[in-house]
Amino acid sequence: MRLPLPEREVMTPGHLACQGCGAALTMRLALKALGPRTVLSIPACCWSVIDGPFPHSTVNVPLFHTAFETAASTASGIRAAFEILGKEDVNVVAWAGDGGTYDIGIQALSGAAERNDNIIYICYDNEAYMNTGIQRSAATPLGAWTTTTPVKHPKSEPKKDMVSILAAHRIPYIATATIAYPEDLVRKLERAKETKGTKFILILSPCPPGWKTRPEDTVKLSRLAVQSRVFPLLEIENGEKWILNMNIKKPVPVVEYLKLQGRFRHLKEEDIQRIQEYVDKEWERILKRCGLA
Amino acid sequence: MKPWKPDIDRKMVFKSVREYPPMAVSLYTMMFNKTGTWRTVRPVINYEKCVYCLMCWKFCPEPAIYLEPIEVKGKERMKPIIDYDYCKGCMICAEECPVKAIEGVEEER
Amino acid sequence: MRKVLMGNHALSYGATLSRVQVIAAYPITPQTQVVELLSEIVADGKLKAKFIRVESEHSAMAACIGASAAGARAFTATSAQGLALMHEMLHWAVGARTPIVLGNINRAMAPPWTIWTEQNDSLSQRDTGWMQVYCQNNQEVLDSVIQAYKVSERVLLPTMIVLDAFVLSHTYEVVDIPEQEKVDEYLPPYNPPYKLDPDEPHAFGGLTGPDGYFELRYIIEKAMEESREVWRETGKEFGEVFGREYGLTEEYKTGDAEFLIVASATIASTARVAVDVMREKGKKVGLLRIRVIRPFPFDEVRECLKGRKKVLVIDRNVSFGFGGIFYQEVKSAMYNEEHRPPIFGIITGLGGRDVRVEDIMEMVEDVERREKPEDIIWKGVRV
Repeated sequence: MRLPLPEREVMTPGHLACQGCGAALTMRLALKALGPRTVLSIPACCWSVIDGPFPHSTVNVPLFHTAFETAASTASGIRAAFEILGKEDVNVVAWAGDGGTYDIGIQALSGAAERNDNIIYICYDNEAYMNTGIQRSAATPLGAWTTTTPVKHPKSEPKKDMVSILAAHRIPYIATATIAYPEDLVRKLERAKETKGTKFILILSPCPPGWKTRPEDTVKLSRLAVQSRVFPLLEIENGEKWILNMNIKKPVPVVEYLKLQGRFRHLKEEDIQRIQEYVDKEWERILKRCGLA
Repeated sequence: MKPWKPDIDRKMVFKSVREYPPMAVSLYTMMFNKTGTWRTVRPVINYEKCVYCLMCWKFCPEPAIYLEPIEVKGKERMKPIIDYDYCKGCMICAEECPVKAIEGVEEER
Repeated sequence: MRKVLMGNHALSYGATLSRVQVIAAYPITPQTQVVELLSEIVADGKLKAKFIRVESEHSAMAACIGASAAGARAFTATSAQGLALMHEMLHWAVGARTPIVLGNINRAMAPPWTIWTEQNDSLSQRDTGWMQVYCQNNQEVLDSVIQAYKVSERVLLPTMIVLDAFVLSHTYEVVDIPEQEKVDEYLPPYNPPYKLDPDEPHAFGGLTGPDGYFELRYIIEKAMEESREVWRETGKEFGEVFGREYGLTEEYKTGDAEFLIVASATIASTARVAVDVMREKGKKVGLLRIRVIRPFPFDEVRECLKGRKKVLVIDRNVSFGFGGIFYQEVKSAMYNEEHRPPIFGIITGLGGRDVRVEDIMEMVEDVERREKPEDIIWKGVRV
């Protein structure tokens, strides 16, 4: 019978991810799409721990643990080596968290994207430095609590618009995805595999300990992020053609998404209103860029 | 059939420096790590209610759910089976099950 | 084939003859000609390699590490600030056991902005686990790149080939360029025991606690120790194949020398002339040039220094609050030896200040006058 997703499990269980970890599910789904002929370049992030201690590994594909700011540059080196060694059929994947992508790794990522190096850059975005204990990153959303944005001073800036930054590099393929829509996620990675040049895939991956949520709500939160228009599902070709994969005509109020998360518990009604307005404004901007306004 | 098989039953610690590879390179999987012991609640599939939609299988972050082909009312189906050696009890499967066929049972310790 | 080459191009030729497969580099004065020539050679199809024009030195080293881990021979070149920016990845290259070769043009560190020679940039990286070769002429630069790949790939540790800014990097000398076939015979293709290969998947550098990390560091030290003999052996073999033999150190007129000068890089070349002049005047002076400082050539240094009346170590570098770095290393190597001579250290030529034959002769005279060594002596500061 036809399965909704590839049946193969590249990754094995036994890994060190927390209960209900979005990043673990992201890897499992990504490897289903990418297959075993994949090499991962992983900088400091939750996955440096999840994969397991030396001499063990959970992913069953070659994995190179690299320094925080070098996911993209290490991947570029691996790709160059494979080209010279005649191993063209391998997916070279930089696999980084939001800190390693939005903050410390943005220089190397921009360099690789500008050179259009033939790599797939996947950012599994859990919206803070979760591995070090929930510190604010440039991906932390407006109003969120983290250990460095305490409830008295929650994050006053919105999330950095990483997708537009990458679009400005005119790379051939950019997509956003999230675990609640695994078929969409797998399709996008399959497309990334077929595309030459730099591919950037941003995958929202809820984090129960960091978001202060129940482990069983991980997928629900991912779905609510899309349904409330907080996280639009997009594809961008050559930085120019923006495609909205799911036009949410009747959005769920943002409060439905926020109220399940302890990191937003301190918000007052007017704060939530401000976030709703911000989400509405961003959605308008996305619609315009997708030619749907 | 389970798509995974443990290759080693405990965490490998080299007894002597002579056994080491030159760099920190993995030689074994993580399957020695029976994460089922983390569980406080056990998800149990009620196959009477199961509609074989595979939502539980799709969303398992471990993976700790695998599939076996079966026949249901003359139709080929895939039956989801939970591997309790590794299920951490996150209960995403129960939460996502559209027919509420997965129940949480408190683990006794 | 003999050619007139600048030091930087000697590095490029060395890399080309070694058939490097991935080059990742970022420009910095005075290194630029190294990578300019290499990018041309690659673009012309004369070398089957990928040239990655990275956006920083940090990324250059990261890309080299990725390439080397994937099984390709990798090369880069840099200088001063660039090397300092690489620092984190220099450690990474060692821990990951990636046998990369890096050409470093010794340039003094800013601020103030400066581009002239000094050894502090590379000596600041002394404890990363990179092997370091200090060259005295352009021929040695070219030859050392080839030899370095042979040693590095045998012991799985990276090597830094170091040359003085301008004094070598931009100075043209006659260099014998070895035949490719002979180099191919000397240097087999790179084939590491573990590499990034989907047919044999391994994770590299996974989390390691106190129950495992210690031994991995011990293994690196053992590799470094083993490399001493590999440097000697491959240096001798280099002599058999190419007619130029190399050791960890080089002695000049040391046989009956009562006064021994210890120096490195181009100051050693200048010191050689000074030794000749002083010998003509009847002074029993000799020279020990330290070519490889990591691994430290304990045997050679101890053997050469024992029983001398006085030893002078000349440093174009300074460890602030301690003194010359070669000086401290040589002194410490001799501490447990019987018949250890008094060892004097002089710091000179920082930031590219010229060190002439007369300067070295004056240093010798100065040390001859002194009875006891001091922790730090400066030569050439305008007072």
